[in-house]
Amino acid sequence: MSESKSFAAQAPVSAEIAARFPDLHPPFDATAAVVEAHRCLYCFDAPCMQACPTHIDVPKFIKKIATGNLEGSAKTILDANILGASCSRACPVDVLCEGACVMHRYNKEPIEIGRLQRFAMEALHESGAPLPFTPGADTGKAVALIGGGPASLSCAAELRRRGIRAVIYDARSLPGGLNTYGIAEYKLTLRASLQEVDLLAQLGVEFQFNTVVDAELLAKLEAEYDAVFLGIGLGAIHKLGVTGEALAGVTDALNYIADYKSGALTSAPERVAVVGAGNTAIDAANAAVRLGAREVHMVYRRGPAQMSAFAFEYEHAKQEGVKFLWHVQPTKVIGDGKVEGLELAQYAPSSDGSLVPTGETFVLPVDEIVLAIGQATHSDFLGGDAAKVKLERGRIVIDRATGQTTNPKYFAGGDCTNGGREVVDAVADGKRAGVGIAAYLQSGEARINHSTFAATPWAITAEVLY
Amino acid sequence: MPTLETTFAGIKCLNPFWLASAPPTNCGEQIMRAFDAGWGGAVWKTIGAPVTNVSSRYSSMDLNGQKMVGFNNIELISDRPTELNLREMAEVKRRYPKHQVIASLMVESKREAWHEMVKRAEDTGCDGLELNFGCPHGMSERGMGSAVGQVPEYCAQITEWVKEVARTPVIVKLTPNISDIRVPARAAKAAGADALSAINTINSITGIDLDTLEPRPKVDGKSSHGGYCGPAVKPIALNMVQQVMSDPNAALPLSGIGGIGTWQDAAEFILLGAGNVQVCTAAMHYGYRIVEDMADGLLNWMSKKGYETIDDFRGASLPRVDDWKNLNMNYHVVAHIHEDKCIGCQLCYTACWDGAHQCIHLDRVGDGPRTYETPDQVFAESLRKVSTTPIPKLDLDGPGLDGPYRTPLSRIPRVDEHHCVGCNLCSLVCPVPDCITMERQDKAPEPITWAERVAAGYVPDGVHGPNDFNPNL
Repeated sequence: MSESKSFAAQAPVSAEIAARFPDLHPPFDATAAVVEAHRCLYCFDAPCMQACPTHIDVPKFIKKIATGNLEGSAKTILDANILGASCSRACPVDVLCEGACVMHRYNKEPIEIGRLQRFAMEALHESGAPLPFTPGADTGKAVALIGGGPASLSCAAELRRRGIRAVIYDARSLPGGLNTYGIAEYKLTLRASLQEVDLLAQLGVEFQFNTVVDAELLAKLEAEYDAVFLGIGLGAIHKLGVTGEALAGVTDALNYIADYKSGALTSAPERVAVVGAGNTAIDAANAAVRLGAREVHMVYRRGPAQMSAFAFEYEHAKQEGVKFLWHVQPTKVIGDGKVEGLELAQYAPSSDGSLVPTGETFVLPVDEIVLAIGQATHSDFLGGDAAKVKLERGRIVIDRATGQTTNPKYFAGGDCTNGGREVVDAVADGKRAGVGIAAYLQSGEARINHSTFAATPWAITAEVLY
Repeated sequence: MPTLETTFAGIKCLNPFWLASAPPTNCGEQIMRAFDAGWGGAVWKTIGAPVTNVSSRYSSMDLNGQKMVGFNNIELISDRPTELNLREMAEVKRRYPKHQVIASLMVESKREAWHEMVKRAEDTGCDGLELNFGCPHGMSERGMGSAVGQVPEYCAQITEWVKEVARTPVIVKLTPNISDIRVPARAAKAAGADALSAINTINSITGIDLDTLEPRPKVDGKSSHGGYCGPAVKPIALNMVQQVMSDPNAALPLSGIGGIGTWQDAAEFILLGAGNVQVCTAAMHYGYRIVEDMADGLLNWMSKKGYETIDDFRGASLPRVDDWKNLNMNYHVVAHIHEDKCIGCQLCYTACWDGAHQCIHLDRVGDGPRTYETPDQVFAESLRKVSTTPIPKLDLDGPGLDGPYRTPLSRIPRVDEHHCVGCNLCSLVCPVPDCITMERQDKAPEPITWAERVAAGYVPDGVHGPNDFNPNL
């Protein structure tokens, strides 16, 4: 891939967005990183490593920062997690590695693992060095990966390292999936996501953009390729199902975030309501504030204790100035041609957790409504009754250790299998599936020997396995 | 009220804190500022034959973010004219009559040269003389400094020459760059020295620039061995002070030097017999102001311990240093991990397995003791268990809801007390204060030493290890 075609160079640049969404957690400078690295105790069998879905050897990479061995540090991270850069910014570290840090039990601040990881990864990216891995000797095998998000990228990297061709099919014009389009810009910039994918392209991962895979194309891919990986994520955000929802000014959180990140959206009207209370809803509400809305409400049918957003995300939203309306449910979108208000029914929480309507309704005057009430699954193209792979409540059923679906030739990972989790979970899924596919292609047997995989220490690179 | 006032080799001291002969005592202006900051005395940077210095001339060793744990210099004695130094010395004594000024001298090894320099120095009104027999670099190549200090005969000869004319106390500064520091100390004592100071700097190369391959400090692509000092050398200095002060043929009033930067350091040197202390690196690192805490801290400690004067505790720890053969082998301690304090880092576990005696295990949870499972096996088993990870909403049941973060039992190591040799390593690596304590579990009520056992004929002298034929086991 020539320099001029690098994905990062194609990133839309908006000075206004960059100014409105500066780093939430600014990077370490070299001195601070070394001081912080020295604070790490270098635990044996560290809890942070256990808590990381990709099982990065955290004490090892931190030790290497402490000694100035930044190349070694980056390689330690990438060995376990090929998307170490985006995870270092997007991970909810408070509930993963940093949440598990033994320092908590010592009444001390946990080691800032996320920022240290970012420090090591940025040192690698700034050096211009390629990924410290080479493609394996060509096996003549090829795998089609549907969807260009973290699960497919991670899977593709494992395949390339084993000499297997990896071709990613994505409906969008740029790779990275939610990493590129769906994560709040102050956590992970669109450009940083693409920079990371550029390194994977150097490893020989191929991309087919603007390609929507339908049942017909899927059949073709199945025939052409030795295996298929489904990293298709989730589908569209749910609708409210109330009148007025089609009015101008009603959008959904994923489009909202993608639009501002790509610079297509640079301002917000005076009053915005975000419906839902998950992490994506928080990202959208914070974005509305930063885009200039004077009043941003989050509207949620239950109470703060039931919201699915992480506690630190909730705190952050409050700091940004987002207001919260609890125990209300939208009943109608009001407006003439465009949104003017959102009619909300008031509920009362009852002791058994159910919601009891109080009979009262009121109208929240708003200029824009952003829906963030969960995503539908996106598996129609996998076939109806004669399904290619078994689904359960819309999710693709996989063997957690290998990513293999009920159809031996199909593997899957990421949100389409778990219903929507963190980037790092998708990376872990992709990694397991990549190793699983390689084993499947090598063994020539339909079913992979699970016992091998159940006993796989995932933090140790797969070289150990073969 | 305890006092820091003391008398050292007949010299009345406001307090035991002197600046050592070094860059902080280069000129009168500096020394007067130091006295204003609280230093009781200063040993003027060594006066002698004209020299020219190189640059750079300092380098240091940093450790885990702590700057200047060890410090190194290839600087020579004062590069200012002798006349100027002596004139300023007189001026300082005139303005600060109660503070002590010691002239540090180093001249050519000729009787007349020493006689002349001693007289000129004492004419300034200084309180004493320190003979620099220690400088390990530059001067030694010219037959001075440690070239003198390493040869007991030279040491004695020059001390005698000085004593022939000196009217003030003569302090001989000893070099550590010698196999047995007691030998030159005995020579100095025999030659009539009034006091000793120890130690001077230790020969060292602090490090090498891995980009340019030049050792530090860099002088146009090359370097030279330099004198090591700073916190890192304190244990070596303490040992040498103890050796000198325990030897009746060597012991004299001794000014302790070597890595002193806090009141605790000073107390330790005095406990091993030093009459006062000299400080350099700490003052170079943080400035003269550090003396305030050194004096304040030492006084507070003295009050707490009931000591009125420096002499009340000077040398108090000397009887507690003995030959190994006189230690009680029946005294025994075993490690005890306080579970309520353990944070589960397991540093004690891996340290005991790799660095000590394999007496700590991770088998509190499970079917029973697994004392032969190596760290590698434990680690591999742990990885197998976490091959797929759920995402716990840890923030929902974090601190507050479920009490403070508790360490799961599976992460708290277990000490096999029966096999614990009481080496202490685990308690040294544990990051939490008082989490691992060493509990007394004597092997037998009666003390017994190796020397006693040999005397009783239990073992041939020097043949067997200490535990092999212990009659009490």
